[in-house]
Amino acid sequence: MIPAPFDYHRPGTLDEAIGLLARYGTEAKVLSGGMSLLPALKLRLGICGHLVDIGRIPGLEYIKEEQGVVRIGAATRQAVLGRSEIIASRYGVLADAVPLIADPLVRNRATFGGNVANGDPANDGPAIVIALGAELVARGPQGERTIAANRFYKDLFVTALAPDEILTEIRIPLPPPRTGSAYRKLKRKTGDYAAAAVAVQVTLDARGSVQRACIALTNAGPTAIEALEASRFLEGKTPDEKTIAEAARLAARAGSPSADQRGSVEYKREMARVLTARALKAALERAGGN
Amino acid sequence: MKHQINLTVNGAAQQAEVESRLLLVHFLRENLRLTGTHIGCDTSHCGVCTVLLDGQPVKSCTVLAVQADGCKVSTVEGLESGGKLHPIQEGFTEKHALQCGFCTPGMLMTCSALLERNKKPSEQEIRQAISGNLCRCTGYLNIVKAVQYAAEKIS
Repeated sequence: MIPAPFDYHRPGTLDEAIGLLARYGTEAKVLSGGMSLLPALKLRLGICGHLVDIGRIPGLEYIKEEQGVVRIGAATRQAVLGRSEIIASRYGVLADAVPLIADPLVRNRATFGGNVANGDPANDGPAIVIALGAELVARGPQGERTIAANRFYKDLFVTALAPDEILTEIRIPLPPPRTGSAYRKLKRKTGDYAAAAVAVQVTLDARGSVQRACIALTNAGPTAIEALEASRFLEGKTPDEKTIAEAARLAARAGSPSADQRGSVEYKREMARVLTARALKAALERAGGN
Repeated sequence: MKHQINLTVNGAAQQAEVESRLLLVHFLRENLRLTGTHIGCDTSHCGVCTVLLDGQPVKSCTVLAVQADGCKVSTVEGLESGGKLHPIQEGFTEKHALQCGFCTPGMLMTCSALLERNKKPSEQEIRQAISGNLCRCTGYLNIVKAVQYAAEKIS
């Protein structure tokens, strides 16, 4: 399959890239690893007149910890993220999720920023950055702004990014003490999208009650979904079997999956419930709760 | 829009003028006539189009030729040197790691990259490494054995 014709641009700097996006507007698309965009263009699910390849812009691939946050450059490859000690030791949810994203060859090209900015609810990045309370840094003609991950996703493939803005960095707060996170994903085979997947992060207080919880669902609606009711329900409670079961029930209710070859609506809801309970248990264990 | 690209393929410098939308796999097969790299699913699932891009295995059906500008590309044709098979090729022969052979070029590239960074992979590591390359004949058993054979041979 061959994509429809387009012009290819390879800017050397971010400003140059933003200039191209400003010039071509909705005609242009940002190309990073290309693992979502190129298949879409080949299948002609999307067409675009101009591809702006940010893959050679220096300074967009890094993982560093400073001043209470871990900063991940948007062009950091998934494979690199998966090998990072900083990530593995702090964010169980990412350590769980990265080996389950696509396959190893795709992860050699795919970037974390692309996964997050694409706005595809079937991608794993969106629910993860929501669960971790991340801030997304966007650069446009007017400079830089940060957007909370839970306010970033507007609709299917629609994000808070303006057509002339580029996601440059994902900032994840360092987890407070007694915090654990986890990702649980059900997929039919390597390379498939999730039938259901759940990202959670929980923080316990000194008495072992839940101080803060965030649960987010992958592929359960037009965007990644923050299961607010379930998260609020957990807060202040001792996380026993019954509490976890009720939180999982509430989380599954927050989703609105559609039926497809991965299963019926009922099946996907049920899987979201089961996976939420499992993710919560894993995260609580990592937080030192039980 | 045409672009001038300069890249190294199996150690030889190549220069070409390509259309923006030309895929790397088509460039290799049609422009350079390196037809060892196959086209299978064409949707970045099956891995028969696997080549090494600056040493990393990638699916060349989902890389634009212009994206490979300035890069080093290795294909299955570059594995043997001086008429001598690469240990992984020898392993595939010895352990009967193929039947129809369609997935083999991609498998070889993925496995050779694995052995580059991990001289003694465990069975689990081998299975994970080839999880993006599909084989419908062997059930993977003999492919795993071939990688173990090559690892032994290299060490």
